[in-house]
Amino acid sequence: MATTRVAQEEPVTATAVADGGATTASTSPWQHRHLLDLDDVSTDEIATVLQSASAMKAVVQRDVKKVPTLRGRTVVTLFYEASTRTRVSFEAAGKLLSADVINLSASGSSAEKGESLLDTVLTLQATAADLLVIRHAHSGAPYFAARNLTRTAVINAGDGAHAHPTQALLDLFTMQEHLGSLKGRKVLIVGDISHSRVARSNLWGLCKVGAIPVLCGPPTLMPWDLLKGRTEQPGHPFASVQVEQDIEEAMRDADVVMPLRIQKERQDAGLLPSLREYAQQWQVNSERLARLAPNALVMHPGPMNEGVEISPEVAHGLQSAIETQVTNGLAVRMALLLLMATPQGGLNG
Amino acid sequence: MADSTLIKGGRVVDPSQGLDTIGDVLITDGLVVSAGTIVNDAPKDCTVLDATGLVVTPGFIDLHVHLREPGQEDKETVATGALAAVRGGFTTICAMPNTEPPMDNAAVIRQVLDAASQAGLAHVLPIGCATRGRMGVDLADMAELAAAGAVGFSDDGSPIADSGLMRNALSYSTTTGLPVINHCEEPSLSKDGVLHEGWVASRLGLPGQPAAAEESMVARDIELAALTGGRLHVAHISTAGTLKLVRRAKERGLPVTAEVTPHHLILTEEWALGTIEAGAGELTAPDKYAPLTRSAYDTRAKVNPPLRTEDDTEALVAGLKDGTIDAVATDHAPHTSTDKDCTMQEAAFGISGLETAFGLVNGLVDRGDMDLTTAIERLTSGPARVLGEPYQSSIGTLKPGASGDVTVLDPDAEWVVDSSTFASKGRNTPVDGITLKGQVVKTIVGGRLVHDLQEAATKGSA
Repeated sequence: MATTRVAQEEPVTATAVADGGATTASTSPWQHRHLLDLDDVSTDEIATVLQSASAMKAVVQRDVKKVPTLRGRTVVTLFYEASTRTRVSFEAAGKLLSADVINLSASGSSAEKGESLLDTVLTLQATAADLLVIRHAHSGAPYFAARNLTRTAVINAGDGAHAHPTQALLDLFTMQEHLGSLKGRKVLIVGDISHSRVARSNLWGLCKVGAIPVLCGPPTLMPWDLLKGRTEQPGHPFASVQVEQDIEEAMRDADVVMPLRIQKERQDAGLLPSLREYAQQWQVNSERLARLAPNALVMHPGPMNEGVEISPEVAHGLQSAIETQVTNGLAVRMALLLLMATPQGGLNG
Repeated sequence: MADSTLIKGGRVVDPSQGLDTIGDVLITDGLVVSAGTIVNDAPKDCTVLDATGLVVTPGFIDLHVHLREPGQEDKETVATGALAAVRGGFTTICAMPNTEPPMDNAAVIRQVLDAASQAGLAHVLPIGCATRGRMGVDLADMAELAAAGAVGFSDDGSPIADSGLMRNALSYSTTTGLPVINHCEEPSLSKDGVLHEGWVASRLGLPGQPAAAEESMVARDIELAALTGGRLHVAHISTAGTLKLVRRAKERGLPVTAEVTPHHLILTEEWALGTIEAGAGELTAPDKYAPLTRSAYDTRAKVNPPLRTEDDTEALVAGLKDGTIDAVATDHAPHTSTDKDCTMQEAAFGISGLETAFGLVNGLVDRGDMDLTTAIERLTSGPARVLGEPYQSSIGTLKPGASGDVTVLDPDAEWVVDSSTFASKGRNTPVDGITLKGQVVKTIVGGRLVHDLQEAATKGSA
């Protein structure tokens, strides 16, 4: 056998869950066993998720939020990196749908005793996990898990600098909620694009729904290789992405402004002269916002470094959708758990 | 009584003497008696091997092999590595010194040579450390290493980053006449990069190593060779830019040689996007713009230097053809399954390359990139030239008096790579399941048949 293996997946069984707690019009059915990134998710599937998320949001806003849809299903969250909102969001989503939710983090699990990722995910599968929500500092860890699992479906909750598809979906949901159709909308992402899994997944999502992503930031933090040849190479997936180094230019007429967290490590690695200079050059602040994009929606994937990539006034200002993003994250993750834990999305039974 | 072997009726291709003819090769008492002529007066009791319809060449020489012994015997031993070598047609392999302990003293060199003679398969030529403990601080005892049998000096796997130290290594090595072999990679540029810095690494969100990390050190080393007169051999070159630097150095008449691996000639960065689920197939890279599958992050394609771009492979193939690159070397780097069954960032660098080398290189001949004689030259007299005398007269050639090392090939045979049948303990190859054209049928070392494909096949099915 090859050293690197792919497990044969068992076919998805067609057991619909009868007591669906929510309703929505069924559009294109969800086609994926795993959610690893948005690159292989179709525009119709994105629409399905967002539509279902709307229904979930209604559930979340009810007095009695709990629905029995995923009773008897087990969701395991396996986090090798610290996280507040993503982890809580998945846990809450699972619990509101009545799934059994087991939370594992690297510290406190056998990973601390040196157990390999392979053995850990096989163990979780053997304990009958239906869905494995995984976050890992290494890009590709969810792919590795997916190719070694036969029964458990994998949701990528953030892998290294690669992808964070549920964040991108909740971002799309939030934008669509405020702006309607995203076709032709200018979505500005500012900051450390190279190291950002949020930016990468958002690029796939935004390009698929026809928005115009604009990237802005210091040249040391731009993913030049990702964008290389995008106007010349036929079939380049990021053909519609624009790059603008000057934030004043970039913010002009933006429909959405999304600064990304700037980590102190980037300065330590010599990629930035100082956080102070970064803030002067690229911070999204109220002066820039009022002058250049007075109607733009301000979003941030969190956690924020207020005073660095975003000023506190903007973060908590009238244009900010940052708290809404968190609520929407819950709705989007409920929608995904439903679509993935039950073949019919648990909605038509 | 004389012990003779006659290899009969093959197409004898020996680039060291411009030979390409139907004929026989006669070996007596371990040495070549004649090659390319018809032998009618063979000794009565000699062993006859029929090579009709096959190609008979000098035994291949691999300048760059990791045998892992002593210290990492779970990955490979001298014996398993030597068996993998002869299966791949290599009758001489140069063993890199990144063992544990490293080959920075005569005792470890002797240990490896002892293990090699016990295995009794390929000749093993040890490469000594360039610096003590491969630490890149003090020079190793080069004269002692040379006396113990070292054929060159290298800290392979670890670049000699300190320019002053590299200058001293090149200068001091002139007392031995042996080359300094550098793994060229400027560490402050390559950093924690796991793939080539390009579309694929960026797409996968992985840190990359820019081509400039290799090229800047090669440029430095060439100037240091010019400064000192020391012999520089550039290990596993991987970029079009490096090729240009080596070409220019050779035009200047500098004592610079270079090698390239089969994988850097043929595979590109896209292989990391994954072919695991594709299973058996052809030697084509995954589509770089296609959505990822769960085969992505294929650690079998993680190797250092990283697989580069199509522009690079094209330039390297041209450089191999025109002789800018002296030798094909496998950089055979066996690893255990645990070393590779993990995330890309955790995985070990390296490809188990001895048993697929000829099939891959012959693919270039098959698609018309170069003729068979040129390909054979880069596997025989090319690497012998890098080693210099006394090796040049005794290996990589079928001239009378040379060591009776012969490889018998079927360039038209198609076969599917199945790493589970490898003699090497390292089953780590991105071409597992791929159909290659060109197979090693027999390998003879010192007149002794040490690999016979038919026998190996029978054993395998037993």
